Amino acid sequence: MREQQCDYVLRTAAERGVRMVRLWFTDVLGNLKSFAISHNELENALSDGMTFDGSSIDGFSRVQEADVLAIPDPDTFQILPWGDKGAAEARVFCDIHHLDGTSFDGDPRQVLRRHVRAARERGFTFYIAPDIEFFYFNQPEPGEQPVPLDRGGYFDLTTRDVTGDLRKQTIRTLEQLGIPVEYSFHEDSPSQQEIDLRHDDALTIADSVMTFRLIVREVAASHGVYATFMPKPLEGVQGSGMHTHLSLFAGDDNAFFDENDPYNLSPLAKSFMAGLLRHASEITAITNPTVNSYKRLVPGFEAPVHLSWARNNRSGLIRVPIAKRGNPLATRIEYRSPDPSCNPYLAFSVMLAAGMRGIEQGYELPDEAGSNLFELDDDALNKLGIGQLPQSLSEALRAMEESELVREALGEHIFEWFLRNKRREWRDYKTHVSQFEIDRYLGVL
Amino acid sequence: MTGSDSGLLLVFGEHIAPELARTLDLAGYNWKGASSAAAVAECEPSDGWSGAIIDVSVDIEAGWAAARNLRRGDIEAVRILVLVSGAQLGDLAHRDDLFDDFCLTPFHPTELEARLRHLLTTVSATTVRPEVVVYDALALNLETYQASIADRPLDLTYMEYELLKFLAQNPGKVFSREMLLSRVWGYDYYGGARTVDVHVRRLRAKLGEEYADLIQTVRSVGYRFGRSRWRS
Repeated sequence: MREQQCDYVLRTAAERGVRMVRLWFTDVLGNLKSFAISHNELENALSDGMTFDGSSIDGFSRVQEADVLAIPDPDTFQILPWGDKGAAEARVFCDIHHLDGTSFDGDPRQVLRRHVRAARERGFTFYIAPDIEFFYFNQPEPGEQPVPLDRGGYFDLTTRDVTGDLRKQTIRTLEQLGIPVEYSFHEDSPSQQEIDLRHDDALTIADSVMTFRLIVREVAASHGVYATFMPKPLEGVQGSGMHTHLSLFAGDDNAFFDENDPYNLSPLAKSFMAGLLRHASEITAITNPTVNSYKRLVPGFEAPVHLSWARNNRSGLIRVPIAKRGNPLATRIEYRSPDPSCNPYLAFSVMLAAGMRGIEQGYELPDEAGSNLFELDDDALNKLGIGQLPQSLSEALRAMEESELVREALGEHIFEWFLRNKRREWRDYKTHVSQFEIDRYLGVL
Repeated sequence: MTGSDSGLLLVFGEHIAPELARTLDLAGYNWKGASSAAAVAECEPSDGWSGAIIDVSVDIEAGWAAARNLRRGDIEAVRILVLVSGAQLGDLAHRDDLFDDFCLTPFHPTELEARLRHLLTTVSATTVRPEVVVYDALALNLETYQASIADRPLDLTYMEYELLKFLAQNPGKVFSREMLLSRVWGYDYYGGARTVDVHVRRLRAKLGEEYADLIQTVRSVGYRFGRSRWRS
């Protein structure tokens, strides 16, 4: 199969006059990295990979062996829509290997590959559909607050909807790249957008999220504005999340569906949910990796705070959407804490690992949370046995550090590197004196 | 034309039945047995196979995969005769592009010999397969792997291209997901019929709003390629 795919890629590159091929991969923090090769090198790259110095890539650094090998995945070869006519450009996602051909531990894409393969060995395919939120802003002057492009709200159709045009062009570009969009609308906050991707297998979706973030920024930049996936750019309004819809299929059957259950959830789905709930705190540093992420995870802004699940209560960590017409294929769960600043390969890996742990160990799912949890005080929550997500990056890192599940899911290399890097981020933040403190204390203390 | 000067004939199958070997030897064919894609590639003579007999009656998956491999990307197609058991006759449906003739096994040596002779001597008349598939505004060039819609190039991945090619070569026919999976991906593909759905959705996205309906969903059955004649 690989050989036929490579043939196809080479033929297409030649026929379409591709001059430059961008080799894409992702660092541990979730940044898209790229280097370009000439079309003459493509055949060589496909068969032997391309060597590059990885020592300055975040999370790749290793003193003794700086050089690594990028091996293109021919299934992801795609001509980019913005290249010149006659000198087209293409991109291809790569897996990173050591020079001896063994896979490189610092490569997030292969971490997810490993989880997808493990699920497959147990007969499961992991499907994901992310709802990605982001903001548009005018280019700010240095030191100024970001300025939204509009004052629209949830589902608003404003006249002369600038952000609507941006969204439309973004979607057209995504679809040209084979990333189907299910819904898109103006979200609750000023100039906040949401674009929901159609479900696909986990690895394809992780690749799509990387492409998505680039396309959104490219389209914005071409209109002189910029787009951000920062989880909470504006105080006092909702932040941006990446709600993640998950389902496991066994062959053609949705393993999460059970016709006879009142929730239409199979025992397997319930154990998976129980796994996510029990290990949620441990994986939060990965799904919500920045200092700013925790300013979104507060009560009152439709972001989850409590370790609970419910059918249609959006304050829970897991929501079970009611499938249209009771469609067995559409039964799924929605994990609501992740935000779009995460590394999608790592985030999907730890979600899958937590859920699969629940299945392996047959975890019991706690009862559905009935009332709106935001209205309960801590005592009442304790009585219900409902815990909370970590309140800060520091808390999340502590929970992660003690997690044997996350260590195993990410592998030693990424686990250690991530903790080291994020602790440094927390230290920098902790020593920063903010405007809040100046305003609050300077005059009165 | 006698068997011996017809070049090298490929016989593909897990084990070559003695009656088959005897029939070919008696007819004077110069042939080579192979049971894997690697073996086929290794034994292929520099001027190509003169023809191929593929026994799908023992290992269905490997047999059809071999036929698919021989046909892939070639314009000078190798003529293929498949040996099928009576129970497999249904498998021939929608595989017209993968064989030129078939023979029921157990076979009668005289019949097989006659069919082979016919197969190999009519090569020049019918060997040229269409290089371009055109439907509505869609065009697929089978030689260069390129696809276009309304003269706009479609940038497809390999599997998207293979799926679209298969559908466009069989307009108007309804295919179940399982059928598409086995015909386009081959039996070795893991992931279930849902794979077909996500690829169809990606294809529709790339075809664009105006042409997305070239691939129609037939509810609770599968997919059909082609437009309704009632569409203006």
